[in-house]
Amino acid sequence: MAFFLETLLGGLMAGMLYSLVALGFVLIFKASGVFNFAQGAMVLFAALAMARFAEWIPKWTGIESPVVATIGAFVIAAAVMFVVAWLIEYLVLRHLVNQEGTTLLMATLGITYFMEGLGQTVFGSDIYKIDIGMPKEPVFLLESVFEGGVLINKEDLIAAVIAAVLVALLSLFFQKTSTGRALRAVADDHQAAQSIGIPLNRIWVIVWCVAGIVALVAGMIWGSKLGVQFSLTTVALRALPVVILGGLTSVPGAIIGGLIIGVGEKLSEVFLGPYVGGGIEIWFAYVLALAFLLVRPQGLFGEKIIDRV
Amino acid sequence: MSKQIGDVILDVNNISLRFGGVKALTDISFNVKEHEIRAIIGPNGAGKSSMLNCINGVYTPQDGNITFRGKTFSHMNPREVAEMGVARTFQNLALFKGMSVIDNIMTGRNLRIKSNLFMQALRVGPAAREEAQHREFVEHIIDFLEIQAHRKTPVGQLPYGLQKRVDLGRALAMEPQVLLLDEPMAGMNVEEKQDMCRFVLDINDEFGTTVVLIEHDMGVVMDISDRVVVLDYGKKIGDGTPEEVRNNEDVISAYLGTSH
Repeated sequence: MAFFLETLLGGLMAGMLYSLVALGFVLIFKASGVFNFAQGAMVLFAALAMARFAEWIPKWTGIESPVVATIGAFVIAAAVMFVVAWLIEYLVLRHLVNQEGTTLLMATLGITYFMEGLGQTVFGSDIYKIDIGMPKEPVFLLESVFEGGVLINKEDLIAAVIAAVLVALLSLFFQKTSTGRALRAVADDHQAAQSIGIPLNRIWVIVWCVAGIVALVAGMIWGSKLGVQFSLTTVALRALPVVILGGLTSVPGAIIGGLIIGVGEKLSEVFLGPYVGGGIEIWFAYVLALAFLLVRPQGLFGEKIIDRV
Repeated sequence: MSKQIGDVILDVNNISLRFGGVKALTDISFNVKEHEIRAIIGPNGAGKSSMLNCINGVYTPQDGNITFRGKTFSHMNPREVAEMGVARTFQNLALFKGMSVIDNIMTGRNLRIKSNLFMQALRVGPAAREEAQHREFVEHIIDFLEIQAHRKTPVGQLPYGLQKRVDLGRALAMEPQVLLLDEPMAGMNVEEKQDMCRFVLDINDEFGTTVVLIEHDMGVVMDISDRVVVLDYGKKIGDGTPEEVRNNEDVISAYLGTSH
C-alpha cells in the first residue's frame, strides 16, 4: 500500500510538470486559435536565458550571492521573453490577421527553428545547469501509518506547488477579467473582435508574453531537473498527449490531463511493466492519446466542435 | 411617425476603393443624419459591404474621407471607430462560438470596463460593482432581444436566427451612436424578419440610435428606412426617400435590366 501511494504521488508530481508545458499550448490556442509549435523552443530559449544570466550576473556585477543571481536571472529572462513575444507579434503575427489556422501553424513552425538556432547562437549550445536552490533531499511522510513511510522528493513537491499556483492565477485571469474575455474573443473571430474595439495586436503580445512566462517557469523547473540542453525541446513532445487528453481549449484539462498521464505512466510501469518486459513509461502517454483521438477527439474538457452542414 | 431627425452625424465624401484593378467603389458620397434609418441597397457585388467596411475602418479607401461628428478622417482602424461609438453586425455571422450568449454580449462592454486586471481577477471592491453594473446592462439587452432562455448556451449551438440576435446584442452592448447592420435579415424566414424589423425600429426609437443598414429584402427596406442609397457596380445611382428611389429610372434598370 505504501509503495502504491509512493508511486501515485510520484506520478502526480511528474504529471504537474507535464501540465506546466501543456499549459503553454492551451493558452496560446485558447487565445489566438493557433497551435503553437514553438512552445518547446520557447521553453529551451527561456531556460537557456535563465541559466546563462545566472552565470553572468555574478561575473558582471561581482555580487556572489546565489539568491541575487537567481532572482536577477529570472527577471532578465522574463524580460527577454517579453521582447520575444513582442517581436513575434511585430514581425510575424501582425501580417497574418484573418488568415487560416494552418497558415499560423506553419508560421509557428518557422518560429521554432529560428528560436532554436538563435537561442543556441546567443547563449551557447553546451549543457548548462540551473540551480534555483531547491532542496534535493527526500522526505518521508506518514511514517506512523506505514512501515518506512512514503518517500517523496522535495524538489518535485515544490515544483508541483509552483505549477499549481501558476495554474490557479491563469484560470482567474482567463475566466474573470475583461482582458481574459477579450483573449477568448480574439481566438474565436478576429474580425468580430476588432469591430467591438478589441486591439488585436496588443492582445497577441499579452498572450505570447503569458506563454513566454509559462515557458520560463517550465524551463526553469525542467532545466533544474534535467539540465538545460537541446533535448529540453522534446519536453514539449511529452506535453502533446497531455493536451490531446485534456482538450486543447481547456486550462483545467491541461492540468487533469497531465496528472492522468503522469500517474498512468508510473503505475503502468510499476504494476504492468514486469509482465511485458518494462518500458511502458515511454509509450504509455502516446497510446492513451491515440485512443482518445479515436473515441473523444475534443479531449476530456475541450469544446465540442459542431459543424453545421 | 413623428420622430426627430437631427443634423448630419456621418458624412461620406467621395470615397473610392480599389482592390488591384477592381474598382469596388467609385466616388461615393452620401450622408447619414442623426436618428435616421439609412439603407444601402444594390444588386450583388454592388459594393455595399465594402462601403460598410470603409466606414468601419476595416478597409482604407484610396480616395475620399469620412466625417463623423464633425471630425474628418481619411483612414482609421476598427478600434478607433469602435471607441467613437460605431458598432456593427456581420453578414456572415462572426460570433465567439465557444462562449455563452452572456459572455458574447459582455465582450461588447469591454471598452467600457475601467477597473484594473488584478481587481477584476479577485472580484474585489469597485471591480465587483463595475462587473455587476455591466452585467445588468447586458441582461437588459437580453430581455430586449427576447433571448432570456438561451443566456448560458454556447452561441455555436443556437439556431441561425438567434445567432443573428446575439450579434445584434453584442453591437448594442457598446451603446453605439451609429449602428451598422450588414444584411441583418439575410437567410431568415418571414417571422424572423418581422422580429428583426421590430428590434431595429425599437432600437432606433427607444435608444435614438442612428442605423445604417444593408438589406436585400426590398419590402423591409421600403418599410423601415427613412432614406435609401442605391449602389450599382460601385457607383451611386440613387439617393432619397424610399418613394423617390422606387421611381428612379436608373434604379429600376439596375434591378430589372434595361430594355434594348
